[in-house]
Amino acid sequence: MSRKKDKLARPPGRGSVSRRDFLRGAGVAVSGGLIAGETTKARAAAGATTPILGPGKVPITLRINGKPQTLELEPRVTLLDALRNHLDLTGAKNVCDRGTCGACTVILDGDPVYACNVLAIEAQGRNIQTIESLTVGGKLHPVSAAFVEHDAQQCGFCTPGFVMAVKAFLDHHPNPTMESVEKGLGGNLCRCGTYVGIRKAALQAAKSVKGGLHNA
Amino acid sequence: MEAFEYARPTSKEEAVKLLAGTWGETEVLAGGTDLLSLMKDYASNPKRLVSLSGIAALKGISSQPDGDLRIGATATLQELIASPIVAKQYPALVEAAHGVRSPQIQSLGTVGGDLLQRPRCWYYRGGHGLLAQHDGKSLVPDGENQYHAILGNSGPAYFVNPSSFAPILIALGAKVRVHGPSGAREVELSKFFRTPSSESEREYDLKPNEILTEILVPAPGGAKMAVYEVREKEALDWPLAAAAVVLNTSGKTVKSARVVMGHVAPIPWPSPEAEAALAGKTISESVADEAGKAAVAKATPLSKNAYKVQLARVATKRAILAAAGGA
Amino acid sequence: MPSCKYDWPAAGQRKHIGKRISRIDGPDKSSGRAKYTYDVNRPGILFAKVVGSPYAHAKVTSIDTSEAEKLPGVKVHIVQGVGTEIHWAGSEILLVAAPAEEVARDAAQRVKIDFEVLPHLVHEEDLSKVGDRGKPTAEQKTGDAAAAFSDPDAVIHEGYYGSAIIAHCCMEPHGQVVEWTPDGNLRAWESTQNVSGMPKEYADALGIPVTNVRVMTPHMGGGFGSKFGADRWGSECAKFSKAVGKPIKMMLERDLELVMAGARPPHYAKVKVAAKKDGTVTAWESDSWSTGGPTGGGIPPLPYALNDIPNVTKRHTAVATNIGPIRAWRAPNHPQAAVLTLCALDDLAAKLNMDPMDFFQKNAGLGGERADMYRQELTKAAELSDWKKLWHPRGTKIAGNVERGLGLSLHTWGGRGHNSRGTVTINPDGSVEVAAGSQDLGTGTRTVIALTAAETLGLEIKDIKVSIGDSALLPSGASGGSTTVGGVSSMTRRGAIDAREQLFAAVAPSLGVPPDQLEAVDGKIQVKGSAAKSVSWKQACAKLGMNSIKAEGKNPGPCELISSGVGGVQVADVSVDIETGLVKINKMVAVQDCGLVLDLKTAESQCYGALIMGISYALHEEKIMDNATGRMLNPNMEFYKLAGIGDIGELVVHMMTGPGYDERGVIGLGEPPVISPGAAISNAVANAIGVRIPTIPITPAKVLAALEKGGVA
Repeated sequence: MSRKKDKLARPPGRGSVSRRDFLRGAGVAVSGGLIAGETTKARAAAGATTPILGPGKVPITLRINGKPQTLELEPRVTLLDALRNHLDLTGAKNVCDRGTCGACTVILDGDPVYACNVLAIEAQGRNIQTIESLTVGGKLHPVSAAFVEHDAQQCGFCTPGFVMAVKAFLDHHPNPTMESVEKGLGGNLCRCGTYVGIRKAALQAAKSVKGGLHNA
Repeated sequence: MEAFEYARPTSKEEAVKLLAGTWGETEVLAGGTDLLSLMKDYASNPKRLVSLSGIAALKGISSQPDGDLRIGATATLQELIASPIVAKQYPALVEAAHGVRSPQIQSLGTVGGDLLQRPRCWYYRGGHGLLAQHDGKSLVPDGENQYHAILGNSGPAYFVNPSSFAPILIALGAKVRVHGPSGAREVELSKFFRTPSSESEREYDLKPNEILTEILVPAPGGAKMAVYEVREKEALDWPLAAAAVVLNTSGKTVKSARVVMGHVAPIPWPSPEAEAALAGKTISESVADEAGKAAVAKATPLSKNAYKVQLARVATKRAILAAAGGA
Repeated sequence: MPSCKYDWPAAGQRKHIGKRISRIDGPDKSSGRAKYTYDVNRPGILFAKVVGSPYAHAKVTSIDTSEAEKLPGVKVHIVQGVGTEIHWAGSEILLVAAPAEEVARDAAQRVKIDFEVLPHLVHEEDLSKVGDRGKPTAEQKTGDAAAAFSDPDAVIHEGYYGSAIIAHCCMEPHGQVVEWTPDGNLRAWESTQNVSGMPKEYADALGIPVTNVRVMTPHMGGGFGSKFGADRWGSECAKFSKAVGKPIKMMLERDLELVMAGARPPHYAKVKVAAKKDGTVTAWESDSWSTGGPTGGGIPPLPYALNDIPNVTKRHTAVATNIGPIRAWRAPNHPQAAVLTLCALDDLAAKLNMDPMDFFQKNAGLGGERADMYRQELTKAAELSDWKKLWHPRGTKIAGNVERGLGLSLHTWGGRGHNSRGTVTINPDGSVEVAAGSQDLGTGTRTVIALTAAETLGLEIKDIKVSIGDSALLPSGASGGSTTVGGVSSMTRRGAIDAREQLFAAVAPSLGVPPDQLEAVDGKIQVKGSAAKSVSWKQACAKLGMNSIKAEGKNPGPCELISSGVGGVQVADVSVDIETGLVKINKMVAVQDCGLVLDLKTAESQCYGALIMGISYALHEEKIMDNATGRMLNPNMEFYKLAGIGDIGELVVHMMTGPGYDERGVIGLGEPPVISPGAAISNAVANAIGVRIPTIPITPAKVLAALEKGGVA
C-alpha cells in the first residue's frame, strides 16, 4: 500500500489538508492576523468610502427583546452564536447550523428567521425577538401554554424554535387551518415526533391569542 | 467559517468598488441562507463579504412604466408572496416561492440570491469542488448521483441548477440587470446561466466584481403560467425535478409556449421540443403528456437517476395542465 | 382486595393514574427555560472541536498542529496518534479547543494530518461485493423446513427484503461540558440516557475513583439508544480539560453527529416462507446479512414476532464495514426484523389471495403468549382503519394516477422496568420530593414519578418536586429497552407507600385510630372512608416536628408492580402517485398495549412520536455512503431527510387498557410502537401498486423502478 497524501478536501470533522489551496493567489489585502480575534479598526478599500470592518472583533449593537446590547464580535459570528455564546440566551438551539431544521428560529422585525443564517452584524438596527421574551411575569405565552396542553414536546430541544415559528405564523395568519399550519411550519423539524401535538397547539393558540390571552 | 472583512455599502457603485476582480476573494451577501452554509462548510472562503442589505436601490417590487415588473435583487421571497401585483399577474412566481417550504427562508432569502445560489451537489458541499473532481476525475458518474443532472450532463459538471425562480422567469422572458465597474448591463435570463468547465468558473454570467441588481419581467399579456415541482417531502425539501410553463393562447389553442425545466441540468433547461409539441394544439392530458415526453427525449440519465427522467416528464406535463387550467 | 402491601390502586380509585396529565417539565421546555448540556456556559470555558479522519480506513502517518497552535488560546489534545489504524471516516484523531468557538473551528481547519490510505468497504447491500469482509454464522434450525417446503400442498413465496442504514439524528448532539475542581473531582454535564452509570464510564477511562465523578443531565435532547456511554470523545475531553485546567464544552457538530454518533444497522434477507392452502404458515428459511460497522454486528430476531413457525432454518452473514460503529436504535433490530418478516408474510398472504387481516388473525397463534393480544389488537386496528371498507386485493387498478393501499404489521417488546432506587422525602412543611439518578429523554420520566407520588400520597401533581438527572442521587437504571417508566414508577410507589406509612404513624394518635386505619386522599390524612375525621396534609406533616420522612423506594422490590411483554398492531393507509412514485401517508393507526397506563397523554405521545419516526425511516431516511471516498454524503439535515409536519397524515392511537391489561402492571412503551411502521407502510405500498418495494426507505426512485417491472402502472 503506497503512502498517500490526502487530496480529498473537507473531511467530516473539519480536519482538512488541501483546502487552503483554494485561497492561494490573494488579491484583496487583509492584515496577517486576521483570525487573531483582536478588535480591528474600520478602514476603507481603495476608491471606496464604505468602512471595512473586521476581520477582528468590532462593536456590534443588537436590539434583543426590546433592549439594546453591545458586544465585541467578529463579523463572522452568527446571530445564533451571539445569543448562545455571548448573551447566554440559550432558548434558540443549535441543531443543524445550516438553515434547515428551525431549532434556532427567532423573530426578526416580525418575521421568523433561522438565527444560524443571519450574521449578528447584519442584525443590527433590527428588532430581534427570542423565546426568552415570551414568558411575561411568569405567565406562559398562549403558544407555549398550548404546547404544554397538547404535549407538543418530548425531549424539547426543537420546541423553542417551533414555538417561535408558531408564534410568527399566527401573527401573520390569525385564522389558520390544519392545512395552512402544515404548510406554514414546514421550516422546522422534530425527531421525537411531536407534530400531532404541534398541529393541535397551533390551532388552539390561534383561538387563545384572539381571545385576548396574548402576552406580547 | 473563515474570518472575513465586512462592508455594508449604501450604493451599488460602492458595492462594486468593494468587490475583487477574482472569484473566491470576495462574496456578495444578500439573504445569507445559502452563502453562510457554504462558508460554514468551507466550500466558500471569501476574505471579504460585501453586504447588500444597506442598498435601498436593490430593494422592492414594482411595475415599471413600460409594463415590466421590476424585482429588486434583494426583494425577499416573502415580499414576492405578499406583492399584489405579482399575485395578480404572475401567480406562478408566487407558487415558486411557496415551493420553498420554510417561512424562515422566505423571510430572509432574496430573489437575486435564489438565482445565484450555488449547487446543492453533496460532493461540492462536502469539499470536492464544484466539479466534484478527485484525482482529475469526477466522483459523480460512478458515485451517488441520484440527485444529479439528466440533461446537459456530458461533463465535467453534473450538478443541477437549484434555483426556484429561474425556470419560470426564463419562461416569462425575464432579463437581469447587472452592475459592474463600467456601469450597468442587461442579460436575457435565458442566456445568463452556463455550465462551467473548470473550477474557476461560475454557473452564471457574472464577473466577480459585478452584482445582480434587478430582475425585469415582461408583462404577461394574458399568458397562462404554472410551475410544478416534484418533492419527496411536503416540508422544506429540494425538488427532484421541476418545470415551468408559460402558454400564449388564442381561445383554446396554444399560439406559443415556453417550457423550462429545473433541477435536471447544470442550468435551467428550456425545452424547445416540448414547446414545439404544444404549438398549435389544444391542451389535453395526452397533448401535455406528449410534450412531457418530448421534454426528456434527449435525457441521458446517470447510473442512479433514471427515475428523474420520468419525474421531469411528469413535472412538465403537470405544469402544462396546471397552466392551461389556470386563469 | 390488595394482596400485597405494594400495589396499584384499583380502577375507580385512581385520581391521576391513567388520566391525561400534562408533562410537568412542559412549561420549562416550551418557554425555552429548560437548560440542556449544550446550553451550559461556565466561566473561562473553552469550546472544543473534534478533528476526525477524512478516510474510512487509514493509518495516521503524521500530525502537525503547529499552525493551529499559533492561534490565540488554542490547545490541542491527540486522541489517536501516529500509527493508529482508523476504521471509519470521522474517527477522532485529535481535539482542539479555544476560548472562542470560531477560533476552535479555525484551529480544526489548520491541523495537518497525513494518512496511509487503506481499502475500505462502506456498502453491504450487495453481498457478492463484500469479499472476505462477510463472516457467515452457524445455521440455526428448528423443525424441518426442507420437508415443509417440499410438501406438494405448500404455497411458497420467496422474496428479498431489507432496510437501509439510518442515523439517530438526535436534535441535541452528543457531547458534554466537563469541569475539574481543584481537588480533583470531575463534574460533567452530559447529554446522556445513563446518568447513574456515567460516572463509572469516566472513572474507568480516567483512572480515578467513581466517587470523584458527578454527572448532571437536567434535560437532554433525545437519545433513542445512542447515548449510553461517555464515548471516547467524552473521556478524552475530560483528559483534555484536566490538562489545560479549564472547563471545556464539546458538542459534536451536526456532520459528525450523523457520521459517527449513532447508526441503526441495515438488515437484508432472502426469505422463503410456506403456508398450507388455508393460510397456516408452516415454514421459514432466511439468509440474512447486516453490518455493525467494524465488528460485523448482530443477528436480527427472525422470524419476527410470529416466531413459533414450526419449521425454521436461518443463516446470517455479518459484514465488517467502515461505516462506523452502529448503536442501539430504538427497539434494536426489531424494526428491521419486522420488515424482513412481516413483508415476506404479507407477500405470502397475497399469493394465497388472502386478506392480510384474516391471514394474520389466523396465524396470531404463532405469536405464542401474545397470541390473544394480537387477535384483539388486529380486530381493533381493523375497526379504526376502516379496513373492511378500504382494503382491496393487491394492486387493484383504480382510476387516475393515485393508488391507495392498506397494510399492517405487528410487533412485540419486553419492557420490564429496570433497577432503580430513589428517595421519597416528606418534610414537616408539607413539601414532598422524589429524587433519583434517572433521566428524562422526553418520555415523561419526571411526570410519571410525580403522578405516582401524588396518587400515593393523596396530593396534586404540582405538590411533588421531582429531582432527577444527577448522579449524586440514588442510582437509577439507564433509559434503554423501554425500562424507565416501569422502574421509576414502581420505585416511587414503594417509596411513597413506605413514606405514607411513616406519616400515618405520626398522625394516628391525634386521630385516635391505628395507623392502618388511615388513608391519604384529596390533600388530607383521614380515617378510612370518613372525611370528617381528618387533618390536612400540612397539619399532618407538621406533626413530624424536626424530622423529615425519608423513605427509599426500590425496584425490584416486594410485590409485583410491573411486568414484561407488550404487543402492538399498526395499519398504514397510503396513497401512491404512480407517475412520480411519491408515497403519501393518509392515515396510520397504532393499537398498543403497555399494561397499566400511568399517563395517557404522554403514553399516546410516545405512540404518535413512534409513528412519525417510523414514517420518516420508512420513506426518507438513509445514510448515503460514497463508495469512492468512504464518506457519508448527507451528514446534514437537508439530505438526511426527516419527515416534517406536513408529511405524516392523520394519526390514530389506541391504548389497550382496562381488564386484561391493567392488572399486568406497568410495562415500558418507548420502543415497541416504532417497530411496525416500516413493514406496515411497505405492505400498504405493495397493496396499492401491486408490487413490492423490497427495501426501505421507499423512495420515488425505488417505486418507479418497481413499477417499470410490474404492478398497476
